[in-house]
Amino acid sequence: MSQYYTATDHFVLVPAIMLALFGCAILLFDFWVFPEPKQRKWLLAFLALGEAFAGYGLWQQHTYIAGQGIAELTAFQGSLVVDGFSLFFNWMFIAAASIVALMSYRYLEVEGEHHGEYYSLILLAQCGMYFLASGADLITLFVGLELMALCFYIMVGFLRSDKRSNEAAMKYLLLGGFSSGFLAYGFSLLYGLSGSTKLSEIGVAIARRDPADPVLLLAMVTTTVGLLFKISAVPFHMWAPDAYEGAPTTVTAYLSVGSKAASIAFLLRIFLGPLASARAAWEPLLVFAAIASLTVGNLAAISQHNIKRLLAYSSISHAGYMLLGLVAGNETGIKGVAVYVLVYTFTNLGVFLVIVALRREGLVGDNIDDLAGLMHKSPGYALLMLICLLSLAGIPPTAGFIGKYYIFLSLIQAGRYVLAAAAALYVAVAIYYYFRIVRSMFMSDAEDAGAMETTFGVRVAAALTGLGTLGIGIFPEPFLRFAGQSLIR
Amino acid sequence: MNLLTLVLFLPLAGFLAALLVPRDRPGLVRGFVLVVSLAVFVLSIGLALPQAPAAQGYWFETNAPWIQSPAIRFHTGLDGLSLWLVLLSTLLTPIGILISWNHIDRRVKEFYAFLLLLEFGLVGVFVALDLFLFYVFWEVSLVPMYFLIGIWGHQRRIYAAVKFFLFTMTGSVLMLAAMLYIYGVTGTFDYPTLLTMLASGRWHVESGEQMLLFLAFFVAFAIKVPLFPLHTWLPDAHVEAPTAGSVMLASVMLKMGTYGLVRFCLPLFPNSARHAAGWIVTLAIIGIIYGALVAMVQPNMKKLVAYSSVSHLGFVVLGVFSFTQAGLDGAVYQMLNHGISTGALFMLVGYLYERRHSLEIADYGGVATPAPWLSTVFLITTLASIGLPTLNNFVGEFLVLQGSAQVNFRWTVFAAIGVILSAVYMLWLYQRVFFGEAGEPVRHHVYDLSRREWAAILPLLVLMVWMGTLTQTFLPAISASNARTLERSNVNVEFQVKARTPLVAGQAGQAEARPAKEPPDAR
Repeated sequence: MSQYYTATDHFVLVPAIMLALFGCAILLFDFWVFPEPKQRKWLLAFLALGEAFAGYGLWQQHTYIAGQGIAELTAFQGSLVVDGFSLFFNWMFIAAASIVALMSYRYLEVEGEHHGEYYSLILLAQCGMYFLASGADLITLFVGLELMALCFYIMVGFLRSDKRSNEAAMKYLLLGGFSSGFLAYGFSLLYGLSGSTKLSEIGVAIARRDPADPVLLLAMVTTTVGLLFKISAVPFHMWAPDAYEGAPTTVTAYLSVGSKAASIAFLLRIFLGPLASARAAWEPLLVFAAIASLTVGNLAAISQHNIKRLLAYSSISHAGYMLLGLVAGNETGIKGVAVYVLVYTFTNLGVFLVIVALRREGLVGDNIDDLAGLMHKSPGYALLMLICLLSLAGIPPTAGFIGKYYIFLSLIQAGRYVLAAAAALYVAVAIYYYFRIVRSMFMSDAEDAGAMETTFGVRVAAALTGLGTLGIGIFPEPFLRFAGQSLIR
Repeated sequence: MNLLTLVLFLPLAGFLAALLVPRDRPGLVRGFVLVVSLAVFVLSIGLALPQAPAAQGYWFETNAPWIQSPAIRFHTGLDGLSLWLVLLSTLLTPIGILISWNHIDRRVKEFYAFLLLLEFGLVGVFVALDLFLFYVFWEVSLVPMYFLIGIWGHQRRIYAAVKFFLFTMTGSVLMLAAMLYIYGVTGTFDYPTLLTMLASGRWHVESGEQMLLFLAFFVAFAIKVPLFPLHTWLPDAHVEAPTAGSVMLASVMLKMGTYGLVRFCLPLFPNSARHAAGWIVTLAIIGIIYGALVAMVQPNMKKLVAYSSVSHLGFVVLGVFSFTQAGLDGAVYQMLNHGISTGALFMLVGYLYERRHSLEIADYGGVATPAPWLSTVFLITTLASIGLPTLNNFVGEFLVLQGSAQVNFRWTVFAAIGVILSAVYMLWLYQRVFFGEAGEPVRHHVYDLSRREWAAILPLLVLMVWMGTLTQTFLPAISASNARTLERSNVNVEFQVKARTPLVAGQAGQAEARPAKEPPDAR
């Protein structure tokens, strides 16, 4: 081990190595050892193994940090950092990727596009997310972001024979590339201002400058634009409805939780780290983006007939709530964002899981009417969907309420009563469109009586998301403590 | 685990167990939920037994931590205000099950399961002593009612269900924001602790701030009551709901609003409540007269009863905001009365609907001939509803009018007009439905009460007479807790003196007479 790769560096990198290694291994084994279509379930086992190793690495980091009583562990001369924040998000990514993989197997079979690469892309995207959550250097973060985004560009267009999927991938790629350009531009300005790519050094340099410096403002605005695009906040949300609708539903699920959570982690790292001193300058931007996201997301969702599109708009509005926690800026707010992301991960996965489970030969299952009478056909899935929708709407005792509650509380503690009232009122709007789905499931009669065909994997994933959504709502204490540890200090 | 916790959680356990019953055994589900709800009722009678006055504390208190930070506790307890409302909920749930026995023929299991979940939410609302817990139960009760209306309702059920949900939700999210604000200032959600802090001056709110908080709570409750002009969801919800849904909605759910006014608005925001009393009473009186006038011209029986609820609940609000002992006692008593007599009216209208399959008054006439017992029971309920002495509503209305007369005699005059109008629309309804020539369909379809229907209505008839004659069973506990509420709502009234609108003149005078209560260095 040289000074460029110490034991600490290795320790910090293990989960990412495992993810990348198993991701590549799946690619090799796919055509080399398991060429038969029937053998693809072994690839799922490979993925599980990869997640297990990555999880073990994370667990070791977790116990090490807790055992030593240190706040963070830096590696690679400070370009990677392991702290409560990165651990919190990485645990979430493991959960999200595993649940998505569980629900994908049967879905891809039905779609007729079952290829081994898919599982490797899940792992590689997660590897990118790992760097987004633990990066402390502009280059590391940027490479992590691009790794994740490239995997998603491919996955969104995974249904090669489906026109919508291709269109979605093209749109996502073009707009995503565009936003990455903005981000790179902002990063280069930040580098120019400070002479370093390390977040901590940039922070010191920016704190010394006049907050009204036009170059600083330019750097900040371009960075903000790039980040807002990634979390699909208004006015940079246009890609989301199309990408969500066209992508295979499992990928939409992964995109809506994994990509969003990683981008939020990225955004928090940047805004609470180097840009913290320029708060007065970026806060109005984020307030605007948050309110616009709430407005556009909630109002546009009302008139949607396609569930995936509806959920895309709803996810835009959730991005607004997350931004509001950052706007409040106090400890409750940051903790609130972390809780919100955690809750949103389980809940949104649950909703998409039901849509995935609906998919079978001759039924796409992404229209609201496709859910009609689900209560008779599969009461269990209808119940899961109900719990998750209640949670998305923020009704107690589901997890979503805890998330919203923290955001509201932080806004009120920060004295932002108008924002709190507006955010609260949009809950009522959100209930209207979430309940359109509930209405269809419980109060309409089924058009076709075909029962749902599910597999063991889908059922396990359903149980996980349902338990997560209800469990966090009823026994929030351990999860809140977990999120509390993630605060960046 | 004390008796109250058992009463609270038994319906939830019953709900979960009912979900596990196989779908093709509807009889089993019905029997099971009936047994559970009866058991809950019998247990809840035990709550009323220890009538030892609880000075500051509450009966059957449970106080356990739920979430550490922010400090949210599972704090429940009973006092004279909530005791009878809990009993009302536990009594009406088995009755709701009985009247739905043959009436609900599809998705039987879910229907009865939702009734138990509703009972859980309602009891929870009345016993929660932590603001956050109260909010959780408030929302929990909303969901089953949404499904009861939306799945088993009549033609426009979905519209009604969504309207019901959105109205209530809009009000309650603002209430949540206000609760969070209170938490931000005081660091606690605990209701008794908040009262102590308020009384000792540790939590001091400026008048403008208090008014906003008051309004956030008040609007949420006023929508639920419903107070004119926020009542528009009520006729829709009532008309579209199945009979059991209407009964639970009218008898218990509307009381969540009035309960909230007495429990939270008066003691927590005394100054603002007094300040706004004039306006609120004006709205209440408009509601009394408007509800009665609109009820008079309804061609649909259920709508008529629904609008009569708007009118009756105006009395409750009037009593609450009179800030007198008699007015408050009457208001709380009237909550129970309305629950019993209007619940019974909805049941009887439901009985008629099961026979004739119509809610239009014009389709009836001469029902007294084929169904004499049904007509008798309906008559007793009608008389109770219009406030005949020796029946329950008389006591409540009398106390409310007495209390309001102590403050402002004009209020009493206007409110009394509502009493007269209620006699007009109810007796006219009775005349058109039960007297006259019985048409062919009525003679053919309408039959007298069955044993199951008797079993459901009899407890309510007994209570109508009981509550109208032996008021001492109920009133002492209510008065004791109302006296405490009034005392708390007097803790600081310093800026009240300036609030002198014509309508609250009498009451402002009262406030002036009590400057000694105000600690001199409160600011």
